[in-house]
Amino acid sequence: MGAAQTRTENKYQDLAEKTGFSQEQIKNLHKRFQYLSGDEETISRDDLRKIPALANNPIRKQIIEAFFDKRNQHQDEVGSFQEIGFEQFLMVMSHFRPPTLKTTDEEREAMRREKLRFLFNMHDTDSDGTITLEEYRKVVEELLSKSGSIGQEAAKAIADAAMLEVASTNVPHMGPDDFYEGITFEHFEQILKGLEMESRMHIRFLDVDAPTMHCGKSKS
Amino acid sequence: MMMLTLNATSVSNIRGGNKSDQSLGCWCVLLLLFVSVASAGRDVDSGSNDTGRNPAPEDSHHQTNSTHHKKAFPVLSFNFDHVRKPFEISLWILLALLMKLGFHIIPRVSHVVPESCLLIVVGLLVGGIIKAFDEDAPVQMLDSKFFFLYLLPPIILDAGYFLPMRPFTENLGTILVFAVVGTLWNAFFIGLTMYGVCQIEAVKLGRVDLLSCLLFGSIVSAVDPVAVLAVFEEIHINELLHILVFGESLLNDAVTVVLYHLFTEFSHKGTVTVADAFLGVVSFFVVSLGGILIGAIYGIIGAFTSRFTSHSRVIEPLFVFLYSYMAYLSAEVFHLSGIMSLIACGVVMRPYVEANISHKSYTTIKYFLKMWSSVSETLIFIFLGVSTVAQPHPWNWTFVVVTVVVCFVSRVLGVVSLTYIINKFRIVKLTKKDQFIVAYGGLRGAIAFSLGFLLPDNEMKQLFLTAIITVIFYTVFVQGMTIRPLVELLAVKKKKESKGSINEEIHTQFLDHLLTGIEDICGHYGHHHWKDKLNRFNKAYVKKWLITGERSTEPQLISFYNKMEMKQAMMLVESGSAAKLPTIMTPVSMQNIQPKEPLKRRAIPSISKSREQEIRKMLRGNLQKTRQRLRSYSRHDLMVDPFEEDVSEVRLRKQRVEMERRMSHYLTVPANRQETPPVRKVAFESEHQVYTYDDSESPKGRRAQTNPRPPDEVHLLSESSTRTNQRATPADEQDDQLKLSRCLSDPGPKKDDDES
Repeated sequence: MGAAQTRTENKYQDLAEKTGFSQEQIKNLHKRFQYLSGDEETISRDDLRKIPALANNPIRKQIIEAFFDKRNQHQDEVGSFQEIGFEQFLMVMSHFRPPTLKTTDEEREAMRREKLRFLFNMHDTDSDGTITLEEYRKVVEELLSKSGSIGQEAAKAIADAAMLEVASTNVPHMGPDDFYEGITFEHFEQILKGLEMESRMHIRFLDVDAPTMHCGKSKS
Repeated sequence: MMMLTLNATSVSNIRGGNKSDQSLGCWCVLLLLFVSVASAGRDVDSGSNDTGRNPAPEDSHHQTNSTHHKKAFPVLSFNFDHVRKPFEISLWILLALLMKLGFHIIPRVSHVVPESCLLIVVGLLVGGIIKAFDEDAPVQMLDSKFFFLYLLPPIILDAGYFLPMRPFTENLGTILVFAVVGTLWNAFFIGLTMYGVCQIEAVKLGRVDLLSCLLFGSIVSAVDPVAVLAVFEEIHINELLHILVFGESLLNDAVTVVLYHLFTEFSHKGTVTVADAFLGVVSFFVVSLGGILIGAIYGIIGAFTSRFTSHSRVIEPLFVFLYSYMAYLSAEVFHLSGIMSLIACGVVMRPYVEANISHKSYTTIKYFLKMWSSVSETLIFIFLGVSTVAQPHPWNWTFVVVTVVVCFVSRVLGVVSLTYIINKFRIVKLTKKDQFIVAYGGLRGAIAFSLGFLLPDNEMKQLFLTAIITVIFYTVFVQGMTIRPLVELLAVKKKKESKGSINEEIHTQFLDHLLTGIEDICGHYGHHHWKDKLNRFNKAYVKKWLITGERSTEPQLISFYNKMEMKQAMMLVESGSAAKLPTIMTPVSMQNIQPKEPLKRRAIPSISKSREQEIRKMLRGNLQKTRQRLRSYSRHDLMVDPFEEDVSEVRLRKQRVEMERRMSHYLTVPANRQETPPVRKVAFESEHQVYTYDDSESPKGRRAQTNPRPPDEVHLLSESSTRTNQRATPADEQDDQLKLSRCLSDPGPKKDDDES
């Protein structure tokens, strides 16, 4: 028993170093992971789909997909998993850590790039390195998917206008016959420079030992 | 009336037979006519023979047949009392605005010194001048009632209505801690320290009791929104710091009100019990929450009213102003926090009202609020200067200097210690630089002065007022002037210029949903979860009641997008002539981002029968116009085309409208390529030539020159290329017309009738 505990703590130590979370945060997340997976070692897409609060989210599919995307594991692989373990779960969650007071400017830049990369991967569903017009249209459609028929028609217009904006800010002198294939990561960074992702894209991770919500689901 | 003309002509006769003077004489006649009518009117009304009856010298020459008891008719009389009050008010406002103009003519000064300082100096000068002329003149301008009821509300409404909600709600906890705990700390620290100082024998102020000192502390501790706004607006600091200091200055009103009333009551009673202290705490909650509740109620009523104003658009802005003002006054009736009520009203009302009112009303509201708040702010600072001169100032070096020092010290201590606690709960922590700016930006202003003025008249009042004025002057002059170079020196982040990018909006929304989802997966209910719940509640229930028609279901992204479209179209109308167009917009067009089509798509498709008929009708109409035009052209007018001159202005304007339509189209609606056959778009190259083309050539076609079309055909271009689906057409026509009518509809009953 003692050996298992120290092994777990060592594993947490590795994970803490890799992802930047603290020991308590990892413990809490592990509890949540076990709850979601039904005490198994891995989570599948269905496990995440069963979360009731996610049902109202218009981009639910993309969020779930992001957990299974190999690109978010920072290991230069492409494709997607069928199931993920706790380590992969934690890697994805680490994208949502906030900067601390001690974060230097270079670390902030790196953090921003990492978060923007995560968003980019969510949009670039075919993993070809660019967001094409079709993919962007899909994004806007999903965002407006809960708004009925008004959303469907305006989505195309909005996506097109957005694409135009990216093209015109990044490639100011295009001839009439040039074709803008899609948004590359550099252009994506450029267009979202003003949003300061490192200060916005984060959630609060609980440090203290807090009970996780059960939301009416009972363990079988 | 006849007598008047007789007199006038007689006057002109006196003035003379000199021809060169006759024009002058005419002007004098008119002036005299006007003045005499005015005074005659007044005489009729009052019916008394008092002032203003001095007959003009010219008259006495002509009243040969008048007996001594019959008074001559006064042609020119002087009656100032009649218009004294409005005259003085207008003169003051005019003076204030001329000063404002004057400052910007002297560029060096206005860059170094914030406007508020200059205005106070002007006030001092004016006050000095008035005092010099007439020692006893009542120069007390900053009458508390005038200040709180008339000068303060426009500024607060302007601030509350345009409060940036996102940073405000994200930092609400921090703001509340600074506002409530920080102000309490300041009040007690200052009050107790001053009491301690007064106890020192050397200061000779032993009469001052604890409660008076605490009262003084509570007055002088509150950060003032007017001063903060005036100074921070000029330094363009980043959003977070701006909202922290500004939010604090708005929300500390409840604390100030409670403390002020509490200590005033206590100093009357003389003793304080525990029960009283407890009631004080309770009253804080009542004051703040009650104020917010009243504001919210008025806000909802206002939003509901705006739902029905589609037929009387010109009075829409008035509803916004009046409901807000009523909220303020109602809160003041119950001694609740008027400022919080006003802000709550503005915040609650805004999203619904903006969805309902026309674009012009929105502009009107914006500009009226800015105008009133600007005038108010200017007047407040000038009056502050004038009132300073008006007071006798018992000067006690120790008291005043210690007050200033203690204010500064307590502010710094308060901010630092509170930040230490707050940072444990914040995700994005406040750095030392942030803390410094928050502490340094705690300016005091006219609210403190007015509250001081309301103090009961005792021997300490003048001393307190002197100290308050000194603190105000110190913070506004010293801190206000030095904050700008300090911001530069510390390299504090400045406000980023946001141009309303649609990409940013999309991603802001995307991020909201993403973070809510991640929070749900993590399993704890955080900030995003509750915000999402509120949004869904809002969409499901509230919007249906408070927003007219189909806009109640319009998602935020789409309304943002429409607004942007309109803004860009208007920008083009204002800035562009046709020649400038290709360089303003980059040559990137839809063609550049659409994947290339196989050639067979370029075949001319068929269009629906009804559309064909419309086109034919239009063609016929234009051909007739052309014929008319040709008829009036004659052989003799080879040089000048008669129509060119007359209609050039109209044509220019029409051209602009045309360009606006096209560019908004250009930016927004692409061709439906894949799924449906492209629809032919019809544009009128010149009035007798019809140029049709299908979508694939559209970017080039658009750059061609166009002649004006009759404005009632504006609809066709915008709708024909997007709607291929017959069923969608009536709804979208309505949609477009709705958009157009909201854009142009003041007043526009005919267009409004089309809305169902």
